[in-house]
Amino acid sequence: MAELAADKFIDISGEVCPMSFVLTKLALDELEDGQVLELICQAGDPVRNISIQLKDEGHMIVSVKKEADGNFRLKIKKNG
Amino acid sequence: MGDTVTKKKKLKISVDHNLEERTIKRIEVNAEVSGKKPVGKINFAELRAGGFIKQRQKDKFTVRLKCPGGSMTLDRLKKIVEAVEQFGGGQLHLSTRQSMEILHVDYHNFGPLVEMLKESSQEVASCGPRVRVPNACGGCSYNPNGITDTQKMAETVNEKFFGMRTNHKFKMSFSGCPHDCIHAASADLGLIGAVWPVWEEASCTGCTICASACTEGAIESHPETGKPVFDADKCLYCDDCVRACPTSSWTAGKSGHNLRVGGHHGRHPVNSTIAARFLSDEEAEAAIGATIAWYQKAGEGKGRIRLGNLLMQEGQMESYLEALTEAIGPEKLAEDIQRPHKITIRR
Repeated sequence: MAELAADKFIDISGEVCPMSFVLTKLALDELEDGQVLELICQAGDPVRNISIQLKDEGHMIVSVKKEADGNFRLKIKKNG
Repeated sequence: MGDTVTKKKKLKISVDHNLEERTIKRIEVNAEVSGKKPVGKINFAELRAGGFIKQRQKDKFTVRLKCPGGSMTLDRLKKIVEAVEQFGGGQLHLSTRQSMEILHVDYHNFGPLVEMLKESSQEVASCGPRVRVPNACGGCSYNPNGITDTQKMAETVNEKFFGMRTNHKFKMSFSGCPHDCIHAASADLGLIGAVWPVWEEASCTGCTICASACTEGAIESHPETGKPVFDADKCLYCDDCVRACPTSSWTAGKSGHNLRVGGHHGRHPVNSTIAARFLSDEEAEAAIGATIAWYQKAGEGKGRIRLGNLLMQEGQMESYLEALTEAIGPEKLAEDIQRPHKITIRR
């Protein structure tokens, strides 16, 4: 995966479902198709659900990194 | 109607074991004498399938409505409201198995009530020793976890098998995924959506999301590459790895219904057993048909016995699996099939 620059960044590592997904959706609303959202979320349920739901809705996770504290840093291409 | 009578004789099930059935016999006479519609307008075959349940209150019955999979259209709902206003006591109840029930119906009104509901194709459900209306979760039609189309299955299975005579009640439940929200594991026959995941290394980036997605510990990430290490024995076939994988390295190798048989709740709950895996919709229907036919035949002369209790008897599981194999072939039978087993409860 080529590294893409993020157009927007949110840290939702303090959130769980459904807020983690709602905040991700609201952030994506502010972007144009093809733009990239970078977010940090918790491991476990949040990263699991965000990944499944974003894929279901036609967005593309283009980069996944595990942070030192165990959180996930995702880059998501809107309607990629 | 004639058909039902023949089956009853053939099955040699004692009539007096079933309270609902005796009640219905009485209704038949009364309805013909004092029903508000002329005699012949009431379909007694429908009445015989049950769904009219005696209440504590004198002359009052609960009328259970067919709602396969718990689905309800606005058309039918409006008609039900109309029927409650005219014939019910102003109250509906949602049964434990997804049926709407009209409370406090005077049995004299059965005929006109049934006719009114028919205007919106709403039918009455069943009770007693027969195939009941199947339960189902939302399934893949709108639930994100759904693997199989449980709603469609509930509809078609209901059309094919509803009301058939069996030794005891026969309840079917369809869950779209292994969460099994509809408790298919404690149904006489349960279908649970299942996916066998297959991983392709070439497209995998080692992002580790699949390990996070798997709540069963069936996928661990390799400490250096991040790529999945899969423990097939722990996999519950939920499809989460496939759905979460950003690069579609995980795909559905096999997909379909896992078949569970012989469960029930109640006074002596029994946990069902997995008999077959990854059945297509057609195979699932064939399996259901074979299970009911086997139950009717093997239960002959055995009275009021649930499928699970029958399967626990010596030699019966083997006989059932033969019948099942005849219907769906040997390939999809589960490995190491156990008998259903009793769940111990404290008294």
